[in-house]
Amino acid sequence: MSIKVITEKCTGCKLCVRVCPFGAIEVVNKKAVINLDKCTLCGACIESCKFSAIVLTKLSPSDIDFPKKLDAYKDVWVFCEQKKGAVQSVAYELLGKGRELADQLGVDLCGVLLGENVKTEAQKVIHRGANKVYLVDAPELKNYQDEPYSKVLVKLIKEHKPEIVLCGATSIGRSLISRVAIGIHAGLTADCTGLDIDRKERLLLQTRPAFGGNIMATIICPNHRPQMSTVRHKVMKEAEENKHHKGQIIEKKYGKEEYFSRTKLLDIVEEIEETVNLTEADIIVSGGRGMQNPENFKLVEDLAKVLGGAVGASRAAVDSGWKTYSHQVGQTGKTVCPKIYIACGISGQIQHLVGMQSSEIIVAINKDPHAPIFTVATYGIVGDLFEILPELTKRFKEVLKK
Amino acid sequence: MNIIVCIKQVPDTTNVRIDPETNTLIRAGVQSIINPFDAYAIEEGVRLKEKFGGTVTIVTMGPPQAEEALREAISLGADEAVLVSDRAFAGSDTWATSYTLSKAIQKIGQFDLIICGKQAIDGDTAQVGPGISAHLDIPQITYVKKIEDVKLDGAHRHMRAEKMTEEGYEIIESPLPCLITVVKEINEPRLPSLKGKMRAKKIEIKKILAKDLDVDPGLLGLNGSPTKVVRIFTPPPRKGGQMLEGEAKEICGKLVELLKCEIP
Ligand SMILES: Cc1cc2nc3c(=O)[nH]c(=O)nc-3n(C[C@H](O)[C@H](O)[C@H](O)COP(=O)(O)OP(=O)(O)OC[C@H]3O[C@@H](n4cnc5c(N)ncnc54)[C@H](O)[C@@H]3O)c2cc1C
Ligand SMILES: Nc1ncnc2c1ncn2[C@@H]1O[C@H](COP(=O)(O)O)[C@@H](O)[C@H]1O
Repeated sequence: MSIKVITEKCTGCKLCVRVCPFGAIEVVNKKAVINLDKCTLCGACIESCKFSAIVLTKLSPSDIDFPKKLDAYKDVWVFCEQKKGAVQSVAYELLGKGRELADQLGVDLCGVLLGENVKTEAQKVIHRGANKVYLVDAPELKNYQDEPYSKVLVKLIKEHKPEIVLCGATSIGRSLISRVAIGIHAGLTADCTGLDIDRKERLLLQTRPAFGGNIMATIICPNHRPQMSTVRHKVMKEAEENKHHKGQIIEKKYGKEEYFSRTKLLDIVEEIEETVNLTEADIIVSGGRGMQNPENFKLVEDLAKVLGGAVGASRAAVDSGWKTYSHQVGQTGKTVCPKIYIACGISGQIQHLVGMQSSEIIVAINKDPHAPIFTVATYGIVGDLFEILPELTKRFKEVLKK
Repeated sequence: MNIIVCIKQVPDTTNVRIDPETNTLIRAGVQSIINPFDAYAIEEGVRLKEKFGGTVTIVTMGPPQAEEALREAISLGADEAVLVSDRAFAGSDTWATSYTLSKAIQKIGQFDLIICGKQAIDGDTAQVGPGISAHLDIPQITYVKKIEDVKLDGAHRHMRAEKMTEEGYEIIESPLPCLITVVKEINEPRLPSLKGKMRAKKIEIKKILAKDLDVDPGLLGLNGSPTKVVRIFTPPPRKGGQMLEGEAKEICGKLVELLKCEIP
């Protein structure tokens, strides 16, 4: 594994210097020089070079000879996260994508469901397109806990050898799958927003944002199975329900050792106040420092209520104590991608933008015409939010007859 | 209480901008900072030490210049700093990173608690923390927003913490040693003290190389990383938007027309 500059080809144009996310390239005497202490071999410079003057010797999909044992792995699995006995919508999104991948590979799509008394839910997973559901039903699995869930999933994977495992990039999914991947030495790509198949090589092409969405990376996992990804909520389309779809439920039982947890779950506290879960919401109305005080947030809440949406906040609003941290959108808060995001009195600093810029439609209301939020807004309104918000709420109420 | 805090040095994305013409990342002038979530991890470690005694050891795996981040952590109240750095570690994905860090932690010695940030802002994976606890086979509590209680004496040494979830939080008890990852809500980091700054200048940073670790070289760096990056590209920029102009009433009317069919 190495990276080098072919000095005969390098023209010293500095394009690579600009794209390097790690500041590892300098131009010295009209030639690019890579500082190997800073370089992480990410490959961003290679794409940028118009003269093919930088080479990274590494495996690419076509170079790879498959060790035989990889063939033993087949089927696409979706971990079906459940809470309070109900399969979460993120699982249905993964079943939608999983169906496409399984069809391209010509294999079965399987759901994996862990819980207590969730057999009827397993049937729902079949209605969303799964050919099989591996069901592990035990009182110890009623609520998600890291250790029993990861031990059971490791066992299932070792026994049945799926070629791909998908899981939601939720707080459960990310904690669980990271642990599972270590146990079976599998590659894991976090928070994917795009999944595709290289059919010739039977490889999963996993695309995900990095650097807060400033660059995208496509990642493969050539020599290990299964290929595992967590997938961002709300990016893939839900599989449609078909009550006639038939599949098989395979019930598995494990022992005390697998179900044992060193940590104890003492209590589950729900805090959803006036609104729905931010990451689940189709519409989010967010307020920033421009709201001026906690009482004024009522304007944001009123609009959210009429639209059936959730309330978000910038960090400035959270740090001022106007909204709790669970509402914070952005780099140190939540990443959301609803259908509609309405930003009120938010300037749109990069740390806020990285948390919401993949929303389908962005509406920005700000009195400063130069606020950076307008660079990402689908619809921008320069104006006073105290005038605009009540009017908008009133109009939507009329139109939506609520 | 012996505490290990894992930190990562990351580029400060505040300054990262996209060149509108070439559609590439402009990195000039971008500084390196301690990953924001790791600042909360350091603070929590120092607070626990102040309450229960013991030491806080900061560990980072990265290039030689990551030493700056370690010195900054010392100025914030940590006691020891360890730099895990070797060319053999370059190109590590989260599997290899957590493997290497877990081996380095074993080398450092006895600990009661490992604290990581929720995720690093360059890769946003949130995989390294749980990866370390899986390699070390210790229990974990992720997304901790509050430590409610720590019991260090008696047969059942444990801690109780609030773990943030999408709907609220869970109260979880774990025996020690364990690993936690922390979110912003857990505390408000202090500023460096003068005494801390002095110590940070003078302290000797311990270095760990690949040869110091009891590791399988095939599991390090790029070789040990199951995932490979095959392509990096800049996403297409968001399409230029539309400014709505006019009187407030008029604008609101327009917006409602534009959005009403989009509302589920
Ligand atoms: C390490 C780090 C992590 C961070 N993480 C996050 C994060 O996760 N999320 C986040 O949001 N931020 C984050 N930030 C902070 C971020 O840089 C900004 O400071 C923050 O987003 C600003 O919030 P704001 O837009 O509400 O406030 P401001 O920047 O103060 O903007 C207020 C806006 O309201 C407008 N306004 C005022 N009055 C009115 C009115 N009557 N009508 C209409 N418009 C009005 C103003 O024109 C202004 O544009 C982070 C910063 C750092 C350093
Ligand atoms: N190279 C590293 N050195 C030390 N700690 C790290 C490193 N990478 C990640 N971590 C820790 O793991 C957490 C999650 O990182 P990530 O999985 O990259 O999002 C960070 O907040 C750090 O606490």
